[in-house]
Amino acid sequence: MRYAMAIDTRKCVGCSDCVVACQTENNVPVGFCRDWITETVDGTYPSLELEIRSERCNHCDNAPCVRCCPTGASHFEDGGIVSVTHNECIGCGACVQSCPYDARYSHPEGYVDKCTFCLHRVKKGDQPACVSVCPTKCMYFGDLDDPNSDVSKALRHRKHKTLAPEAGTKPQIFYLT
Amino acid sequence: METNRRQFIKVSAVGAGGLAIGLQTLSWATGSKSESEPIGIDDVKGPAQNRYPTYCEICFWKCAGWTYTDENDNILKIIGNENDPHCNGRLCPRGTGGIGMYYDDNRLKTPLIRKEINGEQVFEKASWDEAFDFIAKKMQKIAKEHGPECIALFNHGSGGKYLGHMLKAFGSDNVAAPSYAQCRGPREVGFIATFGSPIGSPEPTDIRDTKCLVLIGSHIGENMHNGQVQEMSDAIDKRATIITVDPRYSTAASKSKYWLPIKPATDLALLLAWTHVIIEEELYDKEYIEKYSYGFDELKAHVKNMTPEWAYGITTIKPDVIRKTAREMANAAPAVIVHPGRHVTWYGDDTQRTRAIAILNALLGSWGRRGGFFIPDKIHLPKLKTPKYPKPQRTWKDAFPGKFRLAELALSSGICEATVPTTERDCSFKAWIVYGTNLIETLPNQAQTLEAIKNLDLLVAIDTMPMEITGYADVILPECTYLERYDDIRTSGTRYPSIALRMPASPPKYDSKPAWWIAKNLAEKLGLGEYFPYDDITEVLDWQLKQIGSSLEEMQKVGVKTFDREYDDIFFKNDEDIEFNTNTGKIELYSTAMLDEGFDPMPVYTKHPEPDPGFYRLIYGRAPMHTFSRTTNNPLLNDLMDENKIWINPKVAAQWGLTTGQEIWLKNQDGIVSNFPVKVRVTERIRWDSIYIVHGFGHTNKKLTRTYGKGVSDQKLITNVMTDPVMGGTGMRGNFVTFLTEKPSEEEMKKGNPYFNKEDSVKVGKEDKS
Repeated sequence: MRYAMAIDTRKCVGCSDCVVACQTENNVPVGFCRDWITETVDGTYPSLELEIRSERCNHCDNAPCVRCCPTGASHFEDGGIVSVTHNECIGCGACVQSCPYDARYSHPEGYVDKCTFCLHRVKKGDQPACVSVCPTKCMYFGDLDDPNSDVSKALRHRKHKTLAPEAGTKPQIFYLT
Repeated sequence: METNRRQFIKVSAVGAGGLAIGLQTLSWATGSKSESEPIGIDDVKGPAQNRYPTYCEICFWKCAGWTYTDENDNILKIIGNENDPHCNGRLCPRGTGGIGMYYDDNRLKTPLIRKEINGEQVFEKASWDEAFDFIAKKMQKIAKEHGPECIALFNHGSGGKYLGHMLKAFGSDNVAAPSYAQCRGPREVGFIATFGSPIGSPEPTDIRDTKCLVLIGSHIGENMHNGQVQEMSDAIDKRATIITVDPRYSTAASKSKYWLPIKPATDLALLLAWTHVIIEEELYDKEYIEKYSYGFDELKAHVKNMTPEWAYGITTIKPDVIRKTAREMANAAPAVIVHPGRHVTWYGDDTQRTRAIAILNALLGSWGRRGGFFIPDKIHLPKLKTPKYPKPQRTWKDAFPGKFRLAELALSSGICEATVPTTERDCSFKAWIVYGTNLIETLPNQAQTLEAIKNLDLLVAIDTMPMEITGYADVILPECTYLERYDDIRTSGTRYPSIALRMPASPPKYDSKPAWWIAKNLAEKLGLGEYFPYDDITEVLDWQLKQIGSSLEEMQKVGVKTFDREYDDIFFKNDEDIEFNTNTGKIELYSTAMLDEGFDPMPVYTKHPEPDPGFYRLIYGRAPMHTFSRTTNNPLLNDLMDENKIWINPKVAAQWGLTTGQEIWLKNQDGIVSNFPVKVRVTERIRWDSIYIVHGFGHTNKKLTRTYGKGVSDQKLITNVMTDPVMGGTGMRGNFVTFLTEKPSEEEMKKGNPYFNKEDSVKVGKEDKS
């Protein structure tokens, strides 16, 4: 089993519903976030291109944050979900520094926090909160080992890319272009 | 002097200490659990948590959802209702973030009455009874001296209905909403003149099944009109062509096959050139036009010389692009939508521009066709029987003899104007009741709004939040949020009829009350109790629901109920005979109603003013996480976007030596300066002759602690209003700004600036007790 997400940049309008839904679902304190919107503009008026992306932890196969964690708080859950055991985290911030995606933040309560793919929901068969609320339905989540999962189907039919592949982290968030 | 008494008070209640409840983070999940898992609310409370149906009040789309609470009535989250045709189970960021409105510690907490203590004006905490007494006495005095018609209601939101009912019972039908003359009014009149039918809300655009979507300045995706955004996404999935006309590279433009970076204020020329191509190349739907339309030959003659080459010189859009896009529309027809837009009060000829849009849709045969416009259907709930309203002796229209006769709703701007006494009018408005609309940031020309307010004998503001308008009120009534109240059943028309219930998920916080209760209790004070023959609104809702085979109990369980259409009439049938509600019974390409009123029966392009050197056209718009000026203080939504930035083209920025992040002030063509500085965003996404800012920022009320002083207000810089002669819409896109890199002098800041009062701000900072 390998959980992953594909996000369709053609459909995403960058509304940030994924960000708020994550905050209310996961009790993320105001001022912090586990997912966020990035936009890239290329070209000169009027020959322009705009890419809007909903970004979050890439749940990398080769995760530097897990490798560098001195206590083992950062670890892999089933399905490759990168997770932080809050009470084992000493808040040293090494993982925050090691992440090429800037996907982690230091929670005011002293531990490091990040996207969990809403593991608590996924375990019950629900979609992650961000996926379940998205008005444009631009996010596909599921098991890459299952050829019939939403994410497998989306990746099969569309061109896609990952962010900062040169970092060698083997990210598991794919952007459909 | 009566006219000087109304200073702006930054709602600080004297004698109302201990009201502030600090809630810096929305940190509500407190349960203990295995620390290796995230603290999701499901885990905290388990499956037994409650959920209550609601429909959203953060914007007018009114998506239905479920409010989840824990066992202590703490509101946890709001999730869309899967059966709701407005949202299909998916709310937008504002709907999801709606709980921030409930938790906002800056909320109005108690009724307040303006008092003068030791020569200083303050708001004093009052009981509801005292507040109603105060208002009723003033209303009765005004009615006696000037007639009840001198009282007007401005409203935006679900509760406005109850207050309107109260005011009509009192003898005035001057009930206005800025959503008409400041927003969608022109398109309603333009489509009525053409198809005999308004667009209405939500728009009956079949975007889901369209093959070609044409957006004229409409920035779907940034305006988060949920159903439309969802359907645009579906259309993208199905590879529909999107054509976006916008001087700004909007989000929608970035999703478009064709982006036409038009010179602002010239859209009508483009629309007429498209019409020309479609007629000259015989791309129009001949059977449809033959059977349903009136005035085709006149239209053909009218646009004969309006060639793409003619339009090129005006719009800067190349002739081959105009032809190619016209053919693209025709290829998709009738599954094509030239979108009517929503906020269309731009240049004062907006009814004519939306007429041109309607005419194009008619030529393409998209009205009443799949992938074009569908015919919405809705449930009509019976109304509770109450006594007849007294007949008003005058209406707002009497203040404008012979003008704006095609306006089907009252003009907020008209009532505002008619509140300033003139020698020609025998009676001006003496009292305003303002519900859920921040008129200072809603109406253009703030100086006129404030002049009008100065002339009032009574201003009642009903809101959930301290806003700019509440600072000018005599009485402030705190409404509870939509998550804490019942409201009218939502019955808006969509592809099939549906109804939605809003019910409280939690008792009202503080001493706030729902609008129905406010209206009923005020009516009772006015001796009009018989118009509200019930103790609780739930009695009415249950009775209404039972008339259509449902009940309050059922709706509390399901939230949304859908119905089949009575007739299979969502689209026109082939060759169906249709009577349109126009003078000729046809789709009027040539409008007899416009002609009767002395207007051009077919749209004519007129040139609009352009900016002087060093000035740039002020274009404003929406961000997906905010609604007008009302959400910027919501802790969750403020966290997503806490200020607006001014978009400036890199060429312009280079001329001025501006860099991204730099703070500048803006000054418009009339010398009006922005209240606050705004950060520069240098971006290729905007034309060199325009600048862009998101509407709703630059709040001047310090009680809005998160949003006060963040960004600038576009409305303050909109002092040139181009009034639509057809229906009174206030065209607001004829304003030009220049940049001030240094902080302007006090002299400059004061000009036309109702808020600039140095002493006042110091004083409020000190005695801000509440």
